[in-house]
Amino acid sequence: MITDAAFIAFAVLGIVTLGATLGAVAMRDPVHCGLALALAFCGVGGFYILLGAEFLGFIQLLVYVGAVAVLIMFVILLTRRPDSGQDTNSRGFWSALAGSGVALGVFAVLAVAISRSPSIQTATPADPEASIAAIGRMLVSSHLLPLKMIGVLLTVALIGGVLGAMQEGGKLER
Amino acid sequence: MIRKAEDSECPQPGTCSPARAAVEDRCLAGIGSSRVYPARRSLPQREESRLGGMRQGMLVGTVVLVLLAAAAVLYTIAPESLTAVAWDAMRNPDQAPVLLKHGFLDYLATAWGLSPTAIEHVSIQITISSLLAFFCLLFALTSLVERKVFARIQNRYGPNRVGPWGLFQPIADGIKMLTKEDIVPRNADKVVHLLAPVVMLVPALIVLAILPYGPGMVPIELEVGILLFFALGAVTEVAVFMAGWGSSNKYSLLGAMRAIAQMISYEMPLILAAIAVVMMTGSLSPVAIVESQEGYSMGFVPDWFVLTPWGIVGFIIFFIAAQAESNRSPFDLPEGESELVAGHLTEYSGFKYAVFFMAEYIGLFAISGLAATLFLGGWHAPLPVLDFIPGYVWFIVKLYALVLLAIWIRGTVPRIRGDQLMGFAWKFMTPMGFATIAAAATWHYAGPGPVGWLIAGALVLIPFLLLSRVFSTRYPVRTYRYSER
Amino acid sequence: MITLESFLLVSALLFALGLAAVLTRRNAIMILIGIELMLSAANLNFVAFWRFGANPEALTGVLFVLFSIAVAAAEAAVGLALIIMIYRHYRSINPLKFNVLNG
Repeated sequence: MITDAAFIAFAVLGIVTLGATLGAVAMRDPVHCGLALALAFCGVGGFYILLGAEFLGFIQLLVYVGAVAVLIMFVILLTRRPDSGQDTNSRGFWSALAGSGVALGVFAVLAVAISRSPSIQTATPADPEASIAAIGRMLVSSHLLPLKMIGVLLTVALIGGVLGAMQEGGKLER
Repeated sequence: MIRKAEDSECPQPGTCSPARAAVEDRCLAGIGSSRVYPARRSLPQREESRLGGMRQGMLVGTVVLVLLAAAAVLYTIAPESLTAVAWDAMRNPDQAPVLLKHGFLDYLATAWGLSPTAIEHVSIQITISSLLAFFCLLFALTSLVERKVFARIQNRYGPNRVGPWGLFQPIADGIKMLTKEDIVPRNADKVVHLLAPVVMLVPALIVLAILPYGPGMVPIELEVGILLFFALGAVTEVAVFMAGWGSSNKYSLLGAMRAIAQMISYEMPLILAAIAVVMMTGSLSPVAIVESQEGYSMGFVPDWFVLTPWGIVGFIIFFIAAQAESNRSPFDLPEGESELVAGHLTEYSGFKYAVFFMAEYIGLFAISGLAATLFLGGWHAPLPVLDFIPGYVWFIVKLYALVLLAIWIRGTVPRIRGDQLMGFAWKFMTPMGFATIAAAATWHYAGPGPVGWLIAGALVLIPFLLLSRVFSTRYPVRTYRYSER
Repeated sequence: MITLESFLLVSALLFALGLAAVLTRRNAIMILIGIELMLSAANLNFVAFWRFGANPEALTGVLFVLFSIAVAAAEAAVGLALIIMIYRHYRSINPLKFNVLNG
């Protein structure tokens, strides 16, 4: 299954995803960061599809791009101060340098770990089928409890979101 | 009631009946009963239009003759193998596009000696180009049809200057759009402003690939086709946001915010209605969904999902939510010109506006096609007798009927208020969507029979009555009297 | 030929970039963006290990990512609601200014 076409797709996806992620992290305007984040999520979804999990890829697109990224942009607009203008949003040069250094160190450790690990190097790709029927069957059999817990969690989040949107007096904000 | 009038009263003896003309005159004068509302055709027409009608007839005749001649010429110069393919396709019209494509590819493989990879690429190109060409033509046609139907609803003529019956109006519009100055506001976020129409159009076009146009005629046969449709529909929201924010115009931003809030809200009932179908079929593949609606009960009633108690409710929910998703009237608040100029499209002109316009229509085609796939039986004929008409014709007919219904709604229903819009989505459509799912589940176990009809019908009817009672505004019903005495 | 290693490297880069966003930006929303990026990196790892792993029929990686996406959606909704509430109170979303409990 993994062919030259897949390699080209991997290269394009990698460049797009990492470029968009870099943009989401480093751009000045938070709205641009939000848009770049949406693109990065699309790229991650593309990776899922490349890996044979089409269902997950489209779910990623639906949830992350359609909901999370849009929500983030909404909040960015709601919390913009007209007087503050384009704030730089960084903690000053030295702390930014320190933060980037820590992130770089983490990446270096991870990269070394990945390249040293022998089992990763020898892993051969199986060609698994993530058929939706199988996913659905597992969701309601062996993974039933997590599914119910997710339902509870989402309900709690929904109620929490509504309560948070209310003013302190308990009246809905107009 | 209708007074017989003298022939001399009719301005054009050949085209309108005297009685109609009399009614027309009395309507204009404001006397007499106007319960017989005159059709617009009976408006007095100019003498030249009759001559124009003859010219138009001759034009159509010429076009048909030229096409026939071109077909004959092609037949004589085409190689033997290709004409055989054409005959094959004509003998089996149901599979004609597939046969033509495969015949052509075989011809390329044998006569030109192309490699299998190249053949595959050509095959993909043929599919994409024919889809694009078809839907762009349909878009051009619909932009005209919509204006014509509107004009008819509003008692006007509509475009009738360019070409016969105004048929070349889309071409004129296209030329106008392309030659217009492309104005970008000075404060605009240039890149975002430029990218927004592209991000809007691309998902709308990709989505066309999962629709099953006929048996064996689906561009990408995907196990998760329905999911892909909704996932790409979600990307549209980002495009709307980009358009609104990139223009750096307060009307654009407000319009975009409204549009996104509306699209997120109406995505719920849209997906819930689709989930009912997915539950019944047990598959997210559009082809499997259409195939499960095959056959006729009692010999003539098609087994479409729309003809079940949960299906009809689901279809209505889906159709209403689809109107809201594509920002069409009565849910076109985001571009409500009385408040927001043109919403997120305010700062767009020329080609970029044209791209938005096109994306909107292609999106409408796609979602109508999905509605036809999910509820109206896709490529299946409504009666066993009509089975000889190819499946793709049925699919396009259903798709376009839904588009015409949308145009009709847009022409007759007024825009609703913002809070009503949101309240309708969350308080009515979403609970009804859940009721549809419950009804579909009971239908699955009770089976298609009187018991199923009773239980599933009750499960959608009771919530409907309850919800409409609880959320009724309790305003007295207003009656309108149009020029009636 | 794409190896598991390349997917893991991409995901490690994603994680590091998300971490950098959390550590360097002084804007609560940007911190949330960084967290989402790190979660995505973890999800990518899960799917990659599922694809190259020993027992792909079990679908554990896919199911875990499914749950993880649901949790992330809830987390984003609640987190953003919190940010809105904080903004209402402090008129700012700079996390350095939320220092009432500093004493």
